[in-house]
Amino acid sequence: MGKVAVLGAGLTKFMRRSLETGRELCWEAASAALREADLSLADIDCVVMATAPDAFDGVHMKGEYLLDGAGAKGKPYVRVYVGGGSGVFAPIAGWYHLASGAFRTCLVVAEEKMSPTQPHPQGAFNAIYDQFTERPLGVNLLWIFSLEQMRYMHTYNIPLELIARVAVKNKRNAKDHPACQLGGEFTVEEVLGAEVMSYPVTRLMVSPVTDGAAAIVLANEEFAKKKGKNHVWVEGVGWNLDTSYWTNRDLAYPEYVEKAATMAYKMAGITKPREEIHVVEPYDPFAYKELHHLEGLQLADKGQAPRLLEKGYWDRDTTTGIPATPSGGLLGVGNPIAAAGLMKVAEIFWQLQGKAGARQIRRNAKRGLAQAWGDLMQVGTVVILGV
Amino acid sequence: MSGKVAIVGAGYTPLRAVSPEASFRELIFEAAVRAYEDAGITPRDIDAVVSIAEDYHDGTCIMDEYTPDQLGAVQKPVHTVTGDGLQGLAVAAMLLQTGAFNVVVLEGHSKASNLRHPAHVEAMALDPTYVRPHGWHPVFVAGLEMQRFLHDAGVTAAQTARVAAKNKRNALRNPLAAYPAQVSAEQVRASRPLAAPLTEMETAPPADGAFVFVLASEGAVSRCKGPPVFVDGIAWISDTCNLFTRDWGRAVYAEKAARQAYELAGIRDPQRDLSFAEVDDTYAYKELQHLEALGLAPRGQSGRLLEQGVFDAGGRLPVNVSGGCLGCGYLHDASPLRGVLEAVLQLRGHAGERQVPDARRGLVSSWRGIPTATGGVAVLSRR
Repeated sequence: MGKVAVLGAGLTKFMRRSLETGRELCWEAASAALREADLSLADIDCVVMATAPDAFDGVHMKGEYLLDGAGAKGKPYVRVYVGGGSGVFAPIAGWYHLASGAFRTCLVVAEEKMSPTQPHPQGAFNAIYDQFTERPLGVNLLWIFSLEQMRYMHTYNIPLELIARVAVKNKRNAKDHPACQLGGEFTVEEVLGAEVMSYPVTRLMVSPVTDGAAAIVLANEEFAKKKGKNHVWVEGVGWNLDTSYWTNRDLAYPEYVEKAATMAYKMAGITKPREEIHVVEPYDPFAYKELHHLEGLQLADKGQAPRLLEKGYWDRDTTTGIPATPSGGLLGVGNPIAAAGLMKVAEIFWQLQGKAGARQIRRNAKRGLAQAWGDLMQVGTVVILGV
Repeated sequence: MSGKVAIVGAGYTPLRAVSPEASFRELIFEAAVRAYEDAGITPRDIDAVVSIAEDYHDGTCIMDEYTPDQLGAVQKPVHTVTGDGLQGLAVAAMLLQTGAFNVVVLEGHSKASNLRHPAHVEAMALDPTYVRPHGWHPVFVAGLEMQRFLHDAGVTAAQTARVAAKNKRNALRNPLAAYPAQVSAEQVRASRPLAAPLTEMETAPPADGAFVFVLASEGAVSRCKGPPVFVDGIAWISDTCNLFTRDWGRAVYAEKAARQAYELAGIRDPQRDLSFAEVDDTYAYKELQHLEALGLAPRGQSGRLLEQGVFDAGGRLPVNVSGGCLGCGYLHDASPLRGVLEAVLQLRGHAGERQVPDARRGLVSSWRGIPTATGGVAVLSRR
């Protein structure tokens, strides 16, 4: 298995109703990543695209439409797709392009433009459900997550206040992120008092509708070593897809995240993740999901992530815990779905290089993990980077 | 590429214009059961799964959700590639070549009969800012491209009609085919014009079906039952689908992909080194355009060689002996998997009355349809 390094990352501003087309967003992020890697498009052997439902942009074969902006014209180009998990899956796809020995360098781009969906992208989410049994109920994503959150709270006796604190933490962290859409200082009372979307989820406990793009540049060992020193390496990758029949699963615990993490830990040679992972970007489209995922990642015992949150274990300036979502995450920076996942990978890359600026964590980090989740709350994707 | 990869199991359903008796999940299940039986494996032996799908083709947001159960792949590393069958095959091959997996399954399907107005879906692939608002039927892209190709290559409309007649005739000997027919080139030419000079019978009609393949790394091949068919070389290229800047006469993607695939497979003279070719023929002119791009006919000579019978079932280089898309049906992005299936059957000597004698090495090429300029090339062989 060939080694794979991350050479650069780039983001657009995350915002609602960007004036740029999806192609232009891709171009902006891809150009920024190439600049940081000090490479040009001529150095790139292949391109990977990740972008979630075509229904958002309202473009069939969205990957084909976006390829010019992603610099893929005339190159081997593949779009990969695991719903909300796509953003963290994108570097996994980049990894297999290089680890297979087929290519030297790969430009990985993720894009999402949700605001064209009118009146609201939640309408497109109805079509993610089974045509026969669920779609006719008129359900959307808020509905399924409020169910899952209720189950999680009920099983482990978690008060809603603790879940609201995730939103407070992440929106505060996001204030320092230049791409941020929804950063700010909020109190637990404000989060709980916001408009109820689908009980118990309030508007401030769910990520916003966002347009944006992210990109990273990957290279094989030989290319990376010629290009410089102090590399960040892809140490482990994992992904796992659970059954489509979500009603048959225990919603209190994400087994698919555990299995994806186990695969990545094994590849990275990690046996004690709580000691060997120094910074983590769990997927946080909803406040409770961050806690749910930290447990799936084996970084906390079942039901214990909220208690650790209370103690400041996941805070950005912790020296004894594991900083979780120092970027500000989807709740703060914004949630252009696939781009948000790749933004998390970029955050780990910058944290490990000590280039995260005002967001730089206080503890010394040698290894970090980014995770996303998607489909019908069914897929886990995990990338472990290390120096 | 490092390390050989082989197809060790192939499963499929017959291709039919409609399939009211089965959902897409049931079609996939049928193909999977056959593939696993062919390879002599159980779902427990599967390390990873790659599926190919596009949301709009299936009328479902995030088709990846509905992959694992019918493949016996729940809680395994499964992901979707929104590309064609050859891109899926390439991804499966790369996963094996990382060394992290030994057995990888590839799935692709079409439930085209669920689309009441396929052109409405195709139109959604046109540029939303500059092209789609005109409200043109998307087949105009194929009409324009055909016109330009005929002009540049000196191919005639009578010759492209002959492609359709040949492929529909070949399909008569393929029990899987949905649209076999004995028709003359004149009948094809005289059928309803869709976007001049393209006619209706030069356009592959949609069909339903599913394919599942089991791939194994070189080390795992001997543990599987199915006679292995090796992936000697595979390449895929995307050119722009922007109508204002694309090349209209040439299939640039196929030219580049063929060069890379031949290099990987060590092919110097494709016309001599290949026993047969399954070439994309979504529209009849595409077969000739692709043959020239693949180096299987000199530029401007494809029509003449076709008339000489070179590409006939008994010819020097049989092209689409299966019946192609024109004879078997258009399966969206799963279409090239029908080509891969034909290659597997031919190379194993299981192609029945359409068997190409002494088939040692075959080519499969793909194109993702209007308005894309994306396609792949795979070279497959038996040992």
